[in-house]
Parts: sequence; C-alpha cells; structure tokens
Amino acid sequence: MRSRWRSLEQRLGAALLRDIALVCLAVGVVGASYGAITVSEGFPVWAPSLMSLFVFAGASQFLFTGVVAAGGSAVAAVLAGLLVNARHLPFGFALADTVREHRLLGSYLMVDEAVAFGLAQKEPERRRLAFFTCAICLYLCWHIGCVLGALAGTAITDTEAWGLDAAFPAVLLALLLPSLRAATNRLPALLGAAVALALTPVLPPGLPVLFALVGLVVLVRRPRRPEPT
Amino acid sequence: MISGGAIVVSAAVLGAGTFAYRAAGPLLNARFTMKPRTVELMSTAAIVLLVALMVTSTFADGKDLADPARPLGVLVGGVLAWRRAPFVVVVVSAAVTAALVRLVL
Repeated sequence: MRSRWRSLEQRLGAALLRDIALVCLAVGVVGASYGAITVSEGFPVWAPSLMSLFVFAGASQFLFTGVVAAGGSAVAAVLAGLLVNARHLPFGFALADTVREHRLLGSYLMVDEAVAFGLAQKEPERRRLAFFTCAICLYLCWHIGCVLGALAGTAITDTEAWGLDAAFPAVLLALLLPSLRAATNRLPALLGAAVALALTPVLPPGLPVLFALVGLVVLVRRPRRPEPT
Repeated sequence: MISGGAIVVSAAVLGAGTFAYRAAGPLLNARFTMKPRTVELMSTAAIVLLVALMVTSTFADGKDLADPARPLGVLVGGVLAWRRAPFVVVVVSAAVTAALVRLVL
C-alpha cells in the first residue's frame, strides 16, 4: 500500500496529489452540508446516501432536494436534475479515450472536479491516472461527508431556528460564484433567476426553476460573426 | 414531503439518466467531438438552473415571500464568498446570521 502510494506520488507529482487532496477535502465538506440540509428538510436519513450511490453528481442532488423541499413533485425534481446533468454528455466524449480500459467505472465516477483534473493533464497515461485517482478519492470523501452530515441533520429539529434554510442558498452561491465571474454565464443566469422568481407565486412549485432556462435566449440572440465570403 | 418509495424511484431514474449521459461517449467509442458551442450551452444551462434555485430558495417560501432573516443570511454568506472566504465560513456565517436575525426580530 505504502509503495503504491509512493509510485503514485512519483508518477503524478506531489503538487498534483496535494491539489487533489485539497479538492477532496472541500468536496467532503460540501457532501456533509448536502447530507445535513437534505435531512433537515425532512428527507429520511438514508436518502442523501442513496442519492449519492445512484447519482453521484452533487449539483443535481442539491437541485433535487431544493425542488422537493419547495413543495415540487418528484417528477419536476428529476427533470430539473436531468437538465443540470446534461453537461456530463460532453465530458464523456472528452474522456472516452481516458476511461477506455474501465468504461463503466470511469463513467460512473465522472464528476466535474475529476474531469477538470484529468483534462488538465496532457500525456494520456498521466491523464488516466489523475482522473481515476481524483475520482475515487472524491467518491469516498463525498460519501463519508454525506453520512456524517445526514447524522448531524437528524439532531436538528428546528431548521429555521438554526438558520439552515439560509445555509442552502449560501452553499449554492459559494459554489456558483466562480462561474458567475464570466459574463457569458452571468447574463443568462440573472435573467433566468428573475423569470423564475417572478413565476414563483403563480406556478406550482418546482416549475419556476425549469422556466429559468429562457435566460439562455441572451446567448442565442448574440450577433453572429459574419460569414467569410 | 415525498414518500420513501418515491425517493428510491427518483434516485434510480436520475441515476440512470446521469449514467447514460456519462457513458455515451466512452461506450459509443466515438472519436467525434462535440461543437464547442454545444458544450458551452450545456454548461451555461446547468449554471442558469442552479442560480435560479439559489435565488428562489433565498427569497421564496413556497409561493410566499420568505422572512427577511433568510435573504440577510444569504447576503452575508455571499459577501464572504465574494471575498474568497473558505467554504465552511461562508455557510456557517449565513446560517448564524439568519438565526440571530430571527432571535432579534
């Protein structure tokens, strides 16, 4: 075990391993908040772990919890989750070569952070090693975080008195801020959020978030580059 | 709240769909790449949905307006996140702020 770790360190480098460890730790904390928030919203204590086992995609899991907690139906929550996870389709194409020897396992573990670490490596063997190392560590940290968070969540009976209802949007905000620094994301996101908020008093719960996708028209209406003639 | 059975079925459907997205590239073994425009649109769509969830869960409680404690908590968390405070600090500050505002009001 020890020699395997040493060879991993030789092949990936100490700096990359340290970066991976830091990301895994952060993901463990997000997993713990996911578990705690989901259980304190009224889900059974096993629900966060079951979701993580079947889905293993944090953003869609948070979305599912949020839509159901707002009173939305399971169908609306699953639909929202499937829309958010559509971004994994291009990930799969980008990493097709990388996971060739373990296609099913590689696809199951294909989360954002592992994809980012993998694609950052140029050399194929190093890319494969970085992807699987990061993905497996993330998987373990996320699950451990989920269980600990869910157990902590059962101890909290009054969500509002502890301010946990504010923790949920704050988690999302902290995770989304880096993406919102880019103007191409910011404009559609703000327009979409405004539409969703305006529709909230009118539509059944769960649907307003889906209507936020109209914010994407901002991108479509952007003037096209003139065709070369 | 939905039933335990509905949670299991939802997890299975969402899980199967997500796996299908992820496995399409590796299983089709296709060498073709997607248009950068499509990739960009998909990732922006994900961000749009999540920001909408963030904003509606900040300001709305079901179909009604949330009490002021929650948006105030999220605001404090947001400012800290903007100033690149650690994740744990952001989340705990948001919760503590909302809890304190409720104690006072």
